[in-house]
Amino acid sequence: MGLATASARRWRPTSRIPLGLMTLSLCVALLVLAPMAWTVAQAASFGLRQGGQLLLRPLVGELAENTLLIVCAATAICAVLGTSAAWFVERTRLPGRRLWALFAAVPLAVPPFISSYAWVSFSPALQDFGGALLVVCCAYYPLIYLPVAAALRGMDPGLEEAARSLGLAPGACFRRVVLPQLRPALLGGMLLVALSVLTEFGAFALLRFRTFTTEIYAEYRAGFDGSGAALLACVLMLLCVICVLLEFRVRGRARYDRLDRGARRAAMRYELGWLKWPVLGGFALLALATLGVPLGMTAYWLFQQGDAATAPVMVSASQLLSACGASLELGLSGAVLTTAMAFPLGLLLIRHPGRLSRIFERVAYLGQGVPGIVIALAVISLAIRAIQPLYQSTLLLLLTYAVLFLPLALVGVRSALVQVERRLEHAARSLGLNSWQTLWRVTLPLVAPGIGAAAAMVFLSVTTELTATLLLAPIGTQTLATEVWADTSTLAFADAAPFAAILIAISLFATWLLMSLYGKSAIPGVAHAGHDHG
Amino acid sequence: MSLNILKQAFQFTLVATTLLLSGGAQAGSLVLYSAQHEQSVNLLTHDFETLTGITVKVRSGEGPELAAQLLAEGHASPADVYFTENSPELMLLEEKGLFARLSGATLAAVPARYNSPEGVWVGVLARENVLAYDTRMIKPAQLPASLFDLARPTWKGKIAIAPADGDFLPLVSAVLAVKGEPATLAWLEGLRANAQIFDDDEGVVAAVNRGAVATGIINNYYWARLHKQLGDSGTHSALHHFGQGDIGALINVSGAGVLKSSHNPDAAQKLVAYLVSSRAQMLLAKSRVDFEYPLHPGIRPDPVLKPFDQLAPPSLTMRQLGDDSQAARLLRQAGLL
Repeated sequence: MGLATASARRWRPTSRIPLGLMTLSLCVALLVLAPMAWTVAQAASFGLRQGGQLLLRPLVGELAENTLLIVCAATAICAVLGTSAAWFVERTRLPGRRLWALFAAVPLAVPPFISSYAWVSFSPALQDFGGALLVVCCAYYPLIYLPVAAALRGMDPGLEEAARSLGLAPGACFRRVVLPQLRPALLGGMLLVALSVLTEFGAFALLRFRTFTTEIYAEYRAGFDGSGAALLACVLMLLCVICVLLEFRVRGRARYDRLDRGARRAAMRYELGWLKWPVLGGFALLALATLGVPLGMTAYWLFQQGDAATAPVMVSASQLLSACGASLELGLSGAVLTTAMAFPLGLLLIRHPGRLSRIFERVAYLGQGVPGIVIALAVISLAIRAIQPLYQSTLLLLLTYAVLFLPLALVGVRSALVQVERRLEHAARSLGLNSWQTLWRVTLPLVAPGIGAAAAMVFLSVTTELTATLLLAPIGTQTLATEVWADTSTLAFADAAPFAAILIAISLFATWLLMSLYGKSAIPGVAHAGHDHG
Repeated sequence: MSLNILKQAFQFTLVATTLLLSGGAQAGSLVLYSAQHEQSVNLLTHDFETLTGITVKVRSGEGPELAAQLLAEGHASPADVYFTENSPELMLLEEKGLFARLSGATLAAVPARYNSPEGVWVGVLARENVLAYDTRMIKPAQLPASLFDLARPTWKGKIAIAPADGDFLPLVSAVLAVKGEPATLAWLEGLRANAQIFDDDEGVVAAVNRGAVATGIINNYYWARLHKQLGDSGTHSALHHFGQGDIGALINVSGAGVLKSSHNPDAAQKLVAYLVSSRAQMLLAKSRVDFEYPLHPGIRPDPVLKPFDQLAPPSLTMRQLGDDSQAARLLRQAGLL
């Protein structure tokens, strides 16, 4: 008793950042920065003149044209699709609204390279621009649908009612009253789509559509040195960083806008009349394209006989089992490591807000904007040259996942930490626990559910990740994703099917579990997960 | 709730232990860096494992990619054997002194002209460069006599190539060896003006077969495989063989060598000797999986291939064909990479 009061007298809450927390956060930030810094350094080895020559060669122009064209087209189409789907679901008496709402969110659980496998095996004519556009639009329009639908739900219906009662037609009301309020959600979603398309690799490679990402991979395969690839990577990183910075701005504003939400009341819904038939047809078509074809084609190929000539390996039960095991093991350990790394950073952001922690936050979120292919290639050459013992090890792959999915984990960790009652910690400290004991016995149990959600999100992303796994998996490790890749790139569609089917099943199940455990709030998280599938 | 944390901690330890355990190399096992097609390599490694009890772990990749990796890894490389589709990658590693000498018996299993000049790698399989064409879009009489014709303006939009595929680089090296740099560059620039670009030979042959482009430069292997997959009814393309020593009829030699840094050199030598043994070569020839010419004398290739002795490749030694070091530069200069 006397001891407790003695230490209570000694302990006072301070705002100083503990040394341990600072060191850990710094390590995490450096880990995120290392692959990017390495890429820039490699590209810089060219010198200004030679680098300029390489950058101004005709191929780069073509790639820039291809990349920008598909980014703009996909963003525009997704914006129209996502917004109209959200409006019909949230603002009309469309029959089967709940079902359509579900169908509009679920495509995010289907990795784009799987839908690209499905489409290209449906018709080889879908290669090139048309097919690529179709696949990315199907994969990423939920990134617009989800935030826009949420914004529509959160809007004050009074504004619209006032506009209508003052004589504005429904169309004009949408344009002049609803759309301006949707702008932050819509713009944020569009930037997410643009970023996802910029960094997409697997889907484009399988559809044989050339963008920066596929060409970086080609350079790596054909070149005897990685600097050419690094140069292209720098151009791509620049485009991505622009998107990320714009998204920071928009996201900041979006949060501000939602503060004045006011009392919630259900918004009025429009009667569609005969129009409901074409709209229903549209929704059915959308569901068919985004879910029907990927699931249907996978099921179709499941029952086709594989051909030994094209299949890299004939499918066997043991092979399925080992791929499954590898995917799950990587997913679990990736989730643990990434969440563990996000924790100190989250703690720093919440407990010690300030300039320093804001810099750390920005650094962590940078990973979101750097394509998986760039990070993976940088990690390989960094490992060969600087950290040989880690080269071709599982740990290196896990660290790469951590860089890629840290933003995802950080979102979950932060929102869990925000809800912790600080007075409980203070009480524990004043009763004589040191800071580590407080963390272990008070804070961690309080945030455990939120951390679990964050880890689950990372698990989902890691199991469906292709690029880094493909390049960094240790010798002999084959995951579900790399098996689908190997089979599809040699046109062995039937052999890819069982792997694709299991992957889709895991992804759908995990998404369902997340949503039912953590409610709708988990869905925007899913939206971020869509990020680095390719 | 603290149970959750305990579980996480447990998983962490579990992962750490697995990492430690998987780090150590087992006795009697080999690491093979392979750029050959996985289905062929799987057939071979399984057979080799049952024959010798030596397990083979495979890292698959594109030939130049793995060669670059071996160069970067140097003596720390985990690889024991390198098996690739094209000789220039082998020549590169030979020049850098990464290969150990092979046994005389291994080298003697195939004709000497398909082997390393220094006796450090051995030719295993061969494949032919061909022009695949869509039989609905083009008549045999319209097909070019030489690879060089394809750079002429008359072929604009009618040709597909895969400059980033490991199989295209040796073709560039061959043209360079025979015609010199200015002519090679002019040829590549002509191709760039005419060609649709694909990532790999699979993409080229699929595009030709579906009528997206009239012709495409590939290795014969890819057409045979597509034909096997689609059957006669789905095949709308055929192969045109450049003849009379034209560079277009270049034969690519796929070969293998033992790395100096191998941890298990005896087993590695055994594996390479196995690759050129009549057992392994017969296995591939009869597999209907691999459509390449076995280099072991007297073993008949798959009947879908044009007989090996009827091919008319340009006469180039392995040394003349070189190590592809200039090919990538020329491709970049011509705007193809």
